[in-house]
Amino acid sequence: MLEILLDATVRAGTPILFATLGAIINERAGIINLGIEGLMLIGALAGFAGTSLSGSLLVGVLAAFGAAFLAGSIHALITVQLRGNQIVSGLALTMFGVGITALFGKGMVGLTIVGFKRVAIPGLSQLPIIGNAFFNQDLLIYFSFILVFLIWYFLYRTRWGLGLRSVGENPAAADTCGFSVSTYRFLAVTIGSGFVGIGGAYLSLASTPMWIENMTAGRGWIAVALVIFAGWSSPRAMLGAYLFGGITAMQLRFQAMGTTVSAHILQMLPYFFTLLVLVISTIRLKKGAGQQPEGLGLPYDREDRK
Amino acid sequence: MTDILQIENIRKTFPGVVALDNVSFSVAPGEIHTLLGENGAGKSTLMNVLTGLYHPDRGEINISGKQVHFTSPRDSLKCGIGMVHQHFMLVPAHSVFENILLALDDVPNFFNRSAYKEKIEKLIAEFDLELDLNLPVWKLSIGAQQWIELIKLLLRDCQLLILDEPTAVLTPQETERLFAVLQRLKGQGKSIIFISHKMREVMEISDRVTILKKGCSIATLARGDFDESKLAALMIGTDKVPQWQKSLQMSDELVLDIQNLSVQNDRGLADLDDFSLELKKGEILGIAGVAGNGQKALAEVLTGLKKTNQGKIMAGAEDITNSNARYSYIAGIAHIPEDRKTIGIAPDMDVADNLIMKSFKNRLFTSGIFQNKKAIRQNADDKIEQFAIKTGPDGTPVRYLSGGNIQKVIIARELSEHPTVLVALYPTRGLDIGSAEYVHKVIADGADRGMSTILIAEDLDELLKLSDRIAVMFRGKLIGYVDPRNTTREKIGLMMSGETPGDMS
Amino acid sequence: MKLVIERREISSPLLRFSAPVASIFVALFVAGFLLLASGVKPLLPYKEIIIESLGSMYGLSETLVKTTPLIFAGLGVSLAFRMQIWNIGAEGQIYMGAMGATWVALFSGIENHWVMLTAMFFAAFLCGGLWAGVAGLLRAKWQVNEVIVTLLMNYIAILGVDYLIYGPWKDPQGFNFPLTAQFSDTARLAEYFDTRMHSGFFLALFCALVLYLFMERTIWGYEIKVIGSNQKAAQYAGMNTAWAIFFVLFLSGAIAGIAGFGEVAGLQHRLQHGISPGYGYTAIIVAWLAKRSAIGVVIVSFLMGVLLVGGDSLQIMWQLPVAFVYAFQGLILFFLLASDFFIIYRLKLIRGNAHA
Repeated sequence: MLEILLDATVRAGTPILFATLGAIINERAGIINLGIEGLMLIGALAGFAGTSLSGSLLVGVLAAFGAAFLAGSIHALITVQLRGNQIVSGLALTMFGVGITALFGKGMVGLTIVGFKRVAIPGLSQLPIIGNAFFNQDLLIYFSFILVFLIWYFLYRTRWGLGLRSVGENPAAADTCGFSVSTYRFLAVTIGSGFVGIGGAYLSLASTPMWIENMTAGRGWIAVALVIFAGWSSPRAMLGAYLFGGITAMQLRFQAMGTTVSAHILQMLPYFFTLLVLVISTIRLKKGAGQQPEGLGLPYDREDRK
Repeated sequence: MTDILQIENIRKTFPGVVALDNVSFSVAPGEIHTLLGENGAGKSTLMNVLTGLYHPDRGEINISGKQVHFTSPRDSLKCGIGMVHQHFMLVPAHSVFENILLALDDVPNFFNRSAYKEKIEKLIAEFDLELDLNLPVWKLSIGAQQWIELIKLLLRDCQLLILDEPTAVLTPQETERLFAVLQRLKGQGKSIIFISHKMREVMEISDRVTILKKGCSIATLARGDFDESKLAALMIGTDKVPQWQKSLQMSDELVLDIQNLSVQNDRGLADLDDFSLELKKGEILGIAGVAGNGQKALAEVLTGLKKTNQGKIMAGAEDITNSNARYSYIAGIAHIPEDRKTIGIAPDMDVADNLIMKSFKNRLFTSGIFQNKKAIRQNADDKIEQFAIKTGPDGTPVRYLSGGNIQKVIIARELSEHPTVLVALYPTRGLDIGSAEYVHKVIADGADRGMSTILIAEDLDELLKLSDRIAVMFRGKLIGYVDPRNTTREKIGLMMSGETPGDMS
Repeated sequence: MKLVIERREISSPLLRFSAPVASIFVALFVAGFLLLASGVKPLLPYKEIIIESLGSMYGLSETLVKTTPLIFAGLGVSLAFRMQIWNIGAEGQIYMGAMGATWVALFSGIENHWVMLTAMFFAAFLCGGLWAGVAGLLRAKWQVNEVIVTLLMNYIAILGVDYLIYGPWKDPQGFNFPLTAQFSDTARLAEYFDTRMHSGFFLALFCALVLYLFMERTIWGYEIKVIGSNQKAAQYAGMNTAWAIFFVLFLSGAIAGIAGFGEVAGLQHRLQHGISPGYGYTAIIVAWLAKRSAIGVVIVSFLMGVLLVGGDSLQIMWQLPVAFVYAFQGLILFFLLASDFFIIYRLKLIRGNAHA
């Protein structure tokens, strides 16, 4: 029972994990991205279309990354180069994503593909309780594990990562040290968006290998909230995504067990839970537990006189 | 030998402001060259042009005889120009190590942390500094943060160092230490541009001085050709600033009695530590101290913007401890805030709306729940005339006003209900001479009418000129009072670094 | 040579007016390509949109039907904008408003027409207000990000209404459809000219007028404007900003909630699944386009109404998905943000590159 629940937790948490990681990269560079929901949808459709047309899952994943990267570049262009309002631009991106995937996804509804299959890691997958959940999964889930580490390593152990964090904390400082604020921010938004796209693709290539209009159902917003819970750190994002996955898994389990509680009430749980987590982590943050990048949400204008 | 830097006819304008009109000067290798000028003369703008942050509209910059066009700070760094900005370019959340690392351009993407740590620690030792590389920068004192900025430039091997008012945040003793380091760097052949408006420091350290006035370089003088009064004359335009004539009519009646205040900041450190102060009726009480020693917290506690952990504030017979901003305003405490643009005004609203920001519920300006637009307009017209505020047509947002006029709007508002106490935090910072004089006059006139003022300023001259008494603050404590007619700068300086008057004999 | 960005000294009023208009046209142009890519000939749809929404009495009435909830929700969102507060939850607040009004209509047993409508109005007002008030409270007390809170609460509100209409409130005679019983005539707004247009539209106009007076003439409006301009200054001036944040979000949600009242009392006469097809999200565009003016909200709402009615007909003619309108709205916002840049800045070529 616990094993099954844990397995479902990881599978439900993975799309959110990718999306949260992507959002963290955005926000670490100082750009709020409220387009996560739209980017996930774009990734989901592009991933499905890529796989469906080519027959290759890898092509699907790359298509998801590429499409979200391109869509993210609109947000990057507007917020970084044109210094537009980040909140409005992000909302526009979500609207755009919802609309355009509905439009272009029309022909994809009802098609089927062969989705990601489980690949057991010899030895580790035999571990009690956690073996099945963590080491008998599909390749995208293994990739998410690696990505969590890579992002941490990148942010804290490389010069580029240092530059990225500095651009988000104090762009003027990074600028005077010779780092190009706009280049760093632009790439952070686009590459981060790409990972968000892979999160969407997980839905259409692994969770339920098909395309359904608006199939993300608010997961992008949950990811945005989890960034705060995660305190902008990738390992904690993993924790947050799985916590959310756990709630989803349990809620589905309840429904399957045929409880008398309305399905609609059960479906509220993940959102309600995310709200709760958001409130608690914000209060903790105020007490100095995590750190929000200081330059978050502020456009950088070198000649702005203070 | 060719000059390391030569700039000619630089001009830079901002919307509505000519920041630099026509500036030319040069710096020789191994020279400490001072740029002297009043606030607003264009020093900082000029330096931002030199470091590639601003593009000049016109003019030439030559480095070692070759003309350059900077389009970003990177270009300027490549030419060996490094700057310690007045507002430090540090990332407070990052460690000292990461901040220094950020400034090094030869670090590979995947780098050896310990090797770089060693290199940096060596340099720190060489200059006898104490810096823990692992501490986050926000935990360090302002003085220590400045060392980080300097080390960044030295590690980059900059040949021309620019220091923008580096001593503004230092105690006199820390300043001496900085000067020793600068002399040593000069000995190594590096050139330094030193920016200041403190005459004594300029006299002590400069090889040459260029005077900036209203965006123009008006003279360059070599050591031996200048003395204090000559520089002051060139900078300000008159020989000596007249002493303020006070009609001393201070009574012994206490209008404010602050007892044993303690205030903690967000980081849990003490901003005020068992601080006590007495303010008499009609008195101008100056508060001296290096910025960041609790002055801001004091002003905020008095005006109800911050809560105390302990202690008591009596305004006459009334206990105003931990009141709110509205209550302390009603109790007769007015406040000229430190940062006039970010705290003092609603920038998108016009003068009329800004003038009633504190009194908008006053019966004068309302009828029921509605605003009395006519009375508000009339009030604005009166104040604009009385305080000679220069503004655009009705409805012009105040953010388009000059700094001096914004300050006048704030003062007009604060004084409009005849407060008993004025808390003025750096009221002349960044103002041109005329506006600063005006602020002084308002404070002195207020004293004649019986208003008491707590004047917090960083410029000792300003304090000595206006104050009846000066209280010195250090690390949130009151070190002691001095009589401005009977003291020396040295004595105040020592007290600013924490030595109690008793220690000095 | 290098391109640099410069702040304009003054932005001309002509530019400020023409830039948003231009951005809508550019968005229309780009949307044409999207339509082309999905097999619809460009130009044709635009004609269709105009004819369907404005070309007939019926079209116009349908446009006003859609304009009505947009005005309410747009006023709510724009009120919060005035204080730099982001209420992205108008959609959920519409649902809660509709729920409150429905509860009164179905279960209060009030028999007088005007008492009934008044009670429904205030129930919607209160439900929408309290729903947004949660976000207001969290923001005022602990600085919890109101964007995320209001948004997540949309999902909860919609699921909550679904719970009611699939469960306890389901019409026993409704053949198991997710809807409540029909309201009696006591609980219905007046309708005009044999169309679906109802008196909610005039209520919306009245609301815009009241809000305009509130913002421009009252001391509370003044307070909100000061806080919106500079929150620190407002605190320094002794204003209770935390209370104001709660109050404004409450009021913002309450006004959006009235849209829910209008939809159930004026249009559907019952609560049903999908009572708002995204009016709350379109309201964000309305508020952003209208900048700060209540009059602007009315005008932009009408434009968006045209678009929605036209979109509906496109959907029928070319089998386009409903959500396509979102793509178009997203595009408008993108180009609007881009045009803002050219109002504030200009580009300039300078001679560049350094010689080390």
